[in-house]
Amino acid sequence: MSYYDFLFVIEVLVGGLLSGVMYSLVAIGFVLIYKTSGVLNFAQGSMVLFAALTFVSLVERGIPFALSLLITFAVMVALGFTIERTVLRPLVNRSPMTLFMATLGLSYIIEGAAQLIWGTQVHGLDLGIDDTPFEVGGILISSFDLLAAAIAAAMVAGLSAFFYWTRIGLAFRAVADDQFAALAVGLRLPRIWGTVWTAAGFVALVAGLLWGARLGVQFSLSLIVLKALPVLVLGGFDPILGAIVGGLIIGASEKLAEVYLGPFVGGGIEGWFAYALALVVLLVRPSGLFGQKTVERV
Amino acid sequence: MTFFSHLKKAAIATAFVLGATAVHADEQYFPLQSYRVGPYAAGGTGFFGGFIDYLNLINIRDGGVNGVKLTWSEGETQYEVEKGVEVYERLKSNPDIAAWNPLSVGIAYAMIDRITDDKVPLITINHGRTDTTDGRVFPYVFPLLLNPYSETSGIVNYIASREGSLDKLKGKKIVVLYHGSPYGKETIPIYELLAQKYGFELSQIEVPHPGNEQQAQWLTIRRERPDYVVLRGWGVMNPVALKTAQKTGFPADHIVGNVWSNSEEDVIPAGDAAKGYTAITTQASGEQYPVVQEIVKTIYGAGKGNLEDKGRIGSVYHNLGIVNGILNVEAVRIAQAKFGNRTLTGDEVRWGFEHLKLDPARVEALGAKDLFHSINVSWDNHEGDGYVTFQQWDGKKWNVVSDWIAPDWRLLRPIIEKSSEAYAKEKGIKIRTAEDADAVVSN
Repeated sequence: MSYYDFLFVIEVLVGGLLSGVMYSLVAIGFVLIYKTSGVLNFAQGSMVLFAALTFVSLVERGIPFALSLLITFAVMVALGFTIERTVLRPLVNRSPMTLFMATLGLSYIIEGAAQLIWGTQVHGLDLGIDDTPFEVGGILISSFDLLAAAIAAAMVAGLSAFFYWTRIGLAFRAVADDQFAALAVGLRLPRIWGTVWTAAGFVALVAGLLWGARLGVQFSLSLIVLKALPVLVLGGFDPILGAIVGGLIIGASEKLAEVYLGPFVGGGIEGWFAYALALVVLLVRPSGLFGQKTVERV
Repeated sequence: MTFFSHLKKAAIATAFVLGATAVHADEQYFPLQSYRVGPYAAGGTGFFGGFIDYLNLINIRDGGVNGVKLTWSEGETQYEVEKGVEVYERLKSNPDIAAWNPLSVGIAYAMIDRITDDKVPLITINHGRTDTTDGRVFPYVFPLLLNPYSETSGIVNYIASREGSLDKLKGKKIVVLYHGSPYGKETIPIYELLAQKYGFELSQIEVPHPGNEQQAQWLTIRRERPDYVVLRGWGVMNPVALKTAQKTGFPADHIVGNVWSNSEEDVIPAGDAAKGYTAITTQASGEQYPVVQEIVKTIYGAGKGNLEDKGRIGSVYHNLGIVNGILNVEAVRIAQAKFGNRTLTGDEVRWGFEHLKLDPARVEALGAKDLFHSINVSWDNHEGDGYVTFQQWDGKKWNVVSDWIAPDWRLLRPIIEKSSEAYAKEKGIKIRTAEDADAVVSN
């Protein structure tokens, strides 16, 4: 392998890791909800679209950037509490499949509402982040992706600190461990779930801004959910660390596979390669690399 | 578009549907399988907006085509094949259908057998199956102006013109980045053929649907160091390609987009990364053409314009819709000259399309000089030898940067005939003759 080839491998690897961080951003939203309520929220992608579309529509109407951000966050809080009140609360104690189907339906409702309210046009989203690449030792690195990785890292650190060092974080963990025990000690589940959906809405907002700046704000933004699913299978559905590590592994491996295996099988393999990898992990570790093993008395 | 404007549109659409059920003898009806919501709504609203604007212009300005009023109604497909077929089944019972215009490859494929039985034309302007160009096998399907093979030839001819001549292509390296779908893959063999003929080095790289991640593909492109990249994209794949090209240091002015990578919706989300990007088109964008000006004055001036956002007048999809309107209306007019100024049957309109010859002088008379070049449809050539031009994005608007370019039709015709004849053999279709084409069902 020549030095140039070696540099190319590193470049593909770095690019894949940075893409993986972007997948993790979406996966974290899933983890937050699953961790505390056991619901696989399929509507997370639609929430990303809704947040980005709301934000960009406000900015285009002349509302200042910071105020638009604030209003969008308020909208996501309202959305989170509305979902808890109108969908989750009536379905409490239903099977996970029922709850999953409810979020699947919710996903279509949010997508439809987003287009109904803000229209069908495609929008560009400029966050003022320069996207020209810079070179380090012969390797091109995207400044935008690097900043996105930093934002994701900061968010993970913030969420981890929130979960471990705040009372509400402690309550979240208690609910995640055992809902009935949490209820018995006086924790108010609806309020906690409402707060968790708000946190997921915040994650959707951050992911929506970064993915929106990357792809443009358009209907297809909700499809990024497809990138998060193998990350969750691989990393586990409940640990935040799993979402991060899973994202990095998926991002790096799918890019390397596309470049080095793709040419032998006609190319275009990264779409399914991530799922194939997740399936292999599922066969070996059904709860993912970092997921909690569940032991039940039978 | 706001909630209330949606309500208004729904009310108008309902009124049209109700109106369409009572079609009079001097009316010609266009069923529209439109898509105004869903992932491809931006293209759908532009195209169907332009088409309806032109039909409205003919009704308001001219009182219809030789006194025959044009009517239409819409059914929402969201660009989904099953919904497109459902809308077809619902609208086909309306009398006096002139032609179907779904603007969807999938829906068009699903309708070929049905409309052939119905004897009503199916228009797939700029898209559709390449071999439907052969009217000997596909009497009712019209990929007007441009089929995928002609598009490929037009792009290669344009790159050659940038290099100086076709000879200069020898030794050049071209990468085709294509959407991982039947649409994206359709031109693989023709690029290979042209690479062999002109001696350029070719690499074709697939992007899996929907194309929101292209880091690996563009790093591969960077390693291959091509002279040009042809972008054969769709939807979100296009802005992501332009953004990732920027990230990997590939210049936008050496990327040439195909006909479904050429709209404002493809470049605006890419921001500055799209500056300098060039794409093929059969119809120029902009409002400066007399027919577009008339639509602005007569239709939008009267508050009857179909586009909610007037800023989209003259956009790529809007102008494509207008050109599609011109071609449909002129086919009806040509058929009327043969069969009389009355409501025509679908088969009579088919005859009109098969004699749709608009030379540059006629195009100018229609107020469309420089909007599109010309068309020359015949009973066996349903594409009609459309010319192409190339537009470059300056960050705000498209600017035409080439003359009208002719694809190499003579080179392509035998390949098209080989494919259509194989289809005819497989389906047991009798190959038509000129005499067959002149036999028209009038009732």
